[in-house]
Amino acid sequence: MARGKTGKKELLSGNAALARGAYEAGVKVACAYPGTPSTEILETLAGFPEVDAQWSVNEKVALEVALGAAVGGVRSLYASKHVGLNVAMDPLMTSAYVGVSAGLVVVVCDDPGMHSSQNEQDTRWVALYGKLPLLEPSSPAEAHLFVQEAYRISERYDTPVLVRLTTRVAHAKEDVTTGGRREVAPKSFNIDAAKYVMVPRNGMRRHAVLEQRLEKLRRYAEQTAVNRIEEGDNTLGIVVSGVAYLYAREAYPDASFLKLGMPHPLPERLLRDFAGRVERLVVIEELDPFLEEGVRAMGLDVERRHVSWRVGELRPEDIPLIVKRRPRPRRDRAGARRPVMCAGCPHRFVFWILRKNKVTVAGDIGCYTLAAAPPLAALHTCVCMGAGVTFQEGLRRAQPGERFVGVVGDSTFVHSGITGLINAVYNRIDGVILILDNATTAMTGMQDNPATGTNIRGEPTRRLDLEELCRACGVESVDVIDPEDLESLEETLKRRLDEKGLSVIITRRPCWQLVRTRRPIPEYLREKCRKCGICLQIDCPALSEDEEGFIKLDEDICVGCDLCVKVCPFDALVSRWKEEAGEHS
Amino acid sequence: MSTAEIYSVLFCGIGGQGVLKAADILGEAAMDAGWHVMKSEVHGMSQRGGSVESHLRFGSGVFSPLIACGKVDFLVPFDGAEARRLRQCLARRGIDLGVYIERALGEVSHKRFLNTWMLGVLSVFLPIDESVWLSALEKVLRYALKENRQAFVAGRWAAKQNGTRQGRRHGGT
Ligand SMILES: Cc1ncc(C[n+]2csc(CCOP(=O)(O)OP(=O)(O)O)c2C)c(N)n1
Repeated sequence: MARGKTGKKELLSGNAALARGAYEAGVKVACAYPGTPSTEILETLAGFPEVDAQWSVNEKVALEVALGAAVGGVRSLYASKHVGLNVAMDPLMTSAYVGVSAGLVVVVCDDPGMHSSQNEQDTRWVALYGKLPLLEPSSPAEAHLFVQEAYRISERYDTPVLVRLTTRVAHAKEDVTTGGRREVAPKSFNIDAAKYVMVPRNGMRRHAVLEQRLEKLRRYAEQTAVNRIEEGDNTLGIVVSGVAYLYAREAYPDASFLKLGMPHPLPERLLRDFAGRVERLVVIEELDPFLEEGVRAMGLDVERRHVSWRVGELRPEDIPLIVKRRPRPRRDRAGARRPVMCAGCPHRFVFWILRKNKVTVAGDIGCYTLAAAPPLAALHTCVCMGAGVTFQEGLRRAQPGERFVGVVGDSTFVHSGITGLINAVYNRIDGVILILDNATTAMTGMQDNPATGTNIRGEPTRRLDLEELCRACGVESVDVIDPEDLESLEETLKRRLDEKGLSVIITRRPCWQLVRTRRPIPEYLREKCRKCGICLQIDCPALSEDEEGFIKLDEDICVGCDLCVKVCPFDALVSRWKEEAGEHS
Repeated sequence: MSTAEIYSVLFCGIGGQGVLKAADILGEAAMDAGWHVMKSEVHGMSQRGGSVESHLRFGSGVFSPLIACGKVDFLVPFDGAEARRLRQCLARRGIDLGVYIERALGEVSHKRFLNTWMLGVLSVFLPIDESVWLSALEKVLRYALKENRQAFVAGRWAAKQNGTRQGRRHGGT
């Protein structure tokens, strides 16, 4: 008997619908490291008591645990954003060799248009490269169904299955008819070295098995219902997958469609059949010409999309342009507000001091990356997670005389900064690494991590002691400073920069979104203001300039952190903390 | 397509104004009223004080979660600058509810309730019963339900007073 309410309609995001589908399919172990737009998949799964869900330390760890659990006999799930799967590529590539015992679904969320990412990679290529089947739902309702089909494929063909969402599917919401959970009895783990010990001799055999499996999957692709022809007017035939299908169906309601719910491996016979029926064969897809090249490689006469479409996400109004073979038009985001660090953000204090001391900053990924934008402009590199630590080393090796600082958040440090720190100690590089410990993974929406001492369900666990960890790596000077104490922060930074050796400064104050305390907001003394604009340089959303060049303090946004008070050289912004404290005592 | 009955609503504002919440409430209400619903939103970086928009479409024959530019039936802005930026996306007969922002700010007990007040305005234009709206508010909102309900009813009343022809229409796209 299926458990839970069945046949109920719920308004679910693509992520929540996928999680719900996995839950219904009996998933037991689910692992992820947060990353937009994938984060809500694990957050949803953690809400089901039957699922053993975790925030893993990073994506490689997440995939290994999930693969281990699938090999160990229970249905498992991994989820991450596109760049997260890059971190997990090592286990992923060989997971195709070992296969599974119970089903393993690997969910990856791409971010066309880079709403919240550092690159715009098209992860469909990973399916080709890794020789793994790939399903791609177009909508939340499909995500709910496809993940269940993914578990069937995984177990029937003994392979991990990739499910790819894009931002517009992951963060779409649709009314979804949910069902109950079907428990799947765990299998026992059978020792089978030929399958699970990937030394060369076994690996070679498994590679052959993998190639045979791909042939079987090609046959599956020909007959599965996730690939389907919707025949209309055959003057225009559109091959399409993902969210682009939804846009195209509305733009060309009368055309013929070949909707590919499974972009890898491609169903060659189905494609030939479709191509034979239609006069024009057009592929509509976001980012790279993945389907287009696959179709062309079959020798089919498919139209070539203009290269400009490889960049950026599609919008519904783009579909006619692609069909008419036009290039992508320039799209204007003029006037759109850029994101900024929140009022009261402890990171702002750190970057103010870094900027004031004119140090070049190797940055990392988190809310603090927002410090790269002018007027702060106090973070100078950002490539991938962990690189705040390693780029400071690389920059110092290239420019030995110069002063560089590496900056990394608490979650990012544990994810992949720690290995860079060990490397720096081992290879004897001098430098200063700042760990911005705001007690959460803020950028992706406040997830816990090992340094917060709380797990994904909000239960207490052993807290990772960052200062002890750094010392254990061999860092001799580790300072812990409240970033709001600007004097100590500046004094320590200067001292450590002048010293030889490698030091770590942990700036510790919880994210404002965690504490949400509002302190008395400063008073602005207009008559003292000389319009120097220094307070505007801290890039606080509560401060702006009026028509006359004076300051406007937005009392709804200001939370009274008093950084502007500390930077104002003319005492035009005055703290009200003391006054208020006096009143209350 | 000619038989399709689609309502396309674009909510916009700045991070923290409750843009996504407002769209969620409409989504729940439209679903409970029996419509197929598609909604789009973006999380993450842009939520930190940046521009936020959410597209919501319901009706029969809805596929896309995004509204094509020039096809917005109702623009529901919580911020004047965002309204000016996105007005170009209105359909020829589309309605801009931005004209209500000032009145809303004058009436609500706190800026936080601007979104539900504006939803009250929107509600008179859509084929969803008031009781369905009110239970959707209850489903989505976890705090200050009473104040939000009051704001919704006040916005609804203001729009009724004006008559549903009073949203600002725009010619051309
Ligand atoms: C490999 C990889 N995984 C996940 C992400 C998504 N992501 C961006 S920043 C971030 C964590 C930020 O947390 P932290 O370093 O603590 O900084 P905070 O935002 O709290 O300031 C994550 C998970 C990513 N960009 N790359």
